[in-house]
Amino acid sequence: MKPASFEYLAPDSLDAALDILAHRGGEAKLLAGGQSLIPVMNFRLAQPSLLVDLNRLRDLDYLREDGGGLRIGAMTRQRRLERDPLVPRLAPLLREAVPFIAHPQIRNRGTVGGSLAHADPAAELPAVAVALDARVRLQSARGERWVEAREFFAGLFTTVLEPDEMLVEVALPPPPALTGWAFLEVARRHGDYAQVGIAARVTLDEGGRCREARLVYLSVGDGPVEAREAARMLAGTDLSDEAIAAASDKASRDEMDPTGDIHASADFKRHLARVLTGRALRRAGARAQARAQAPGRGKE
Amino acid sequence: MSVLHRVKLTVNGKTCEREVEARLLLSDFLRHDLGLTGTHVGCEHGVCGACTILLDGDPVRSCLILAVQADGRELMTVEGLAPAPGELHPLQQAFWEAHGLQCGFCTPGFLMTLVPFLEENPSPTEHEIRHAISGNLCRCTGYQHIVDAVQLAADRMETK
Repeated sequence: MKPASFEYLAPDSLDAALDILAHRGGEAKLLAGGQSLIPVMNFRLAQPSLLVDLNRLRDLDYLREDGGGLRIGAMTRQRRLERDPLVPRLAPLLREAVPFIAHPQIRNRGTVGGSLAHADPAAELPAVAVALDARVRLQSARGERWVEAREFFAGLFTTVLEPDEMLVEVALPPPPALTGWAFLEVARRHGDYAQVGIAARVTLDEGGRCREARLVYLSVGDGPVEAREAARMLAGTDLSDEAIAAASDKASRDEMDPTGDIHASADFKRHLARVLTGRALRRAGARAQARAQAPGRGKE
Repeated sequence: MSVLHRVKLTVNGKTCEREVEARLLLSDFLRHDLGLTGTHVGCEHGVCGACTILLDGDPVRSCLILAVQADGRELMTVEGLAPAPGELHPLQQAFWEAHGLQCGFCTPGFLMTLVPFLEENPSPTEHEIRHAISGNLCRCTGYQHIVDAVQLAADRMETK
């Protein structure tokens, strides 16, 4: 047997799961897709005394359009994000990022809520959630609260979830008009953890200049890292090569603190971040332009 | 001591019922409890893909699922591929003919990854094939012969 012994509970309703957490939240570990938790249990790096399996909570497996935005149930498998037509229409950045999450076999099991709650700094979904201004719904027997994605992540593998709380839903706002996006990452092999990745979003104004930009990185800090100053520098520019170079320099030099490892030094990661920022901004800018010029654009 | 959980599931069309500890991995359940040793166990942390099986038709890593979680589900392992004793699935046949294996350790995982892939995408490009097998490691072939085998199988299965 690889994992150490644990008590196993598989509640078949959200209320039952929250009831368990209300009484035993401190000792419980939640099992969603298990694609990160089971490996560390196999290594016995994690030895939870109580495992609460959420896979019977079928009610939390859904994708739903809501007022032009997208609602995603926490137990929705990542694979479904690749296949459901709602995703490219309502969250194209998310659609572009999903194939970078490990491999198809992993995405068949891995869930949206599990990836967010696990808060791996090298994971794609946390960075995308921040870049898209997602909000997450946290529920407990005491009630529920909504938290902005950028407030949800609290450090390395850490979130603001209380021991009795469960992440049950993600809400993405409607995609703004005149907006382009890009998700890019560098990994040694496809499906490996990214050495650096970026989720970028650019919104243009009516004159075709950058109104707002978002730059969110993975694998360069202890969670999703947002380069707010660099994004601010881009506002009002025409996304010229000079403007992009200045923002890329700013983001990679002053707004991240990557840790080197045997495959990539901290300097190399900064270099990757600088190059990826430029590529992502050019791609996002071009997509925003294409949307601006598309016939019938407008309110949507 | 350890609590046992009753699981009832279908494996390769046959129903089976066992009592298992919660911490038993599905890969070990298949091999040790059911004797289906075609499912190979390599890294046991979701990297190598050797233990890939179908869970309700989807390829998954059986080393990252607990046996108790398979209760009520339908599984298929490499033992379920061949249509009859002495015959091979077209993909197995193509692996044999195109030298898609040498030592064979990774082969069950590749097959179980690729069978649903070919059902979904009957005439894949080389790029699509390589993407499909990106989660399976092979240390012998360099992958080229595996790609050849998939293309051969796809051609035959399509013209059937």
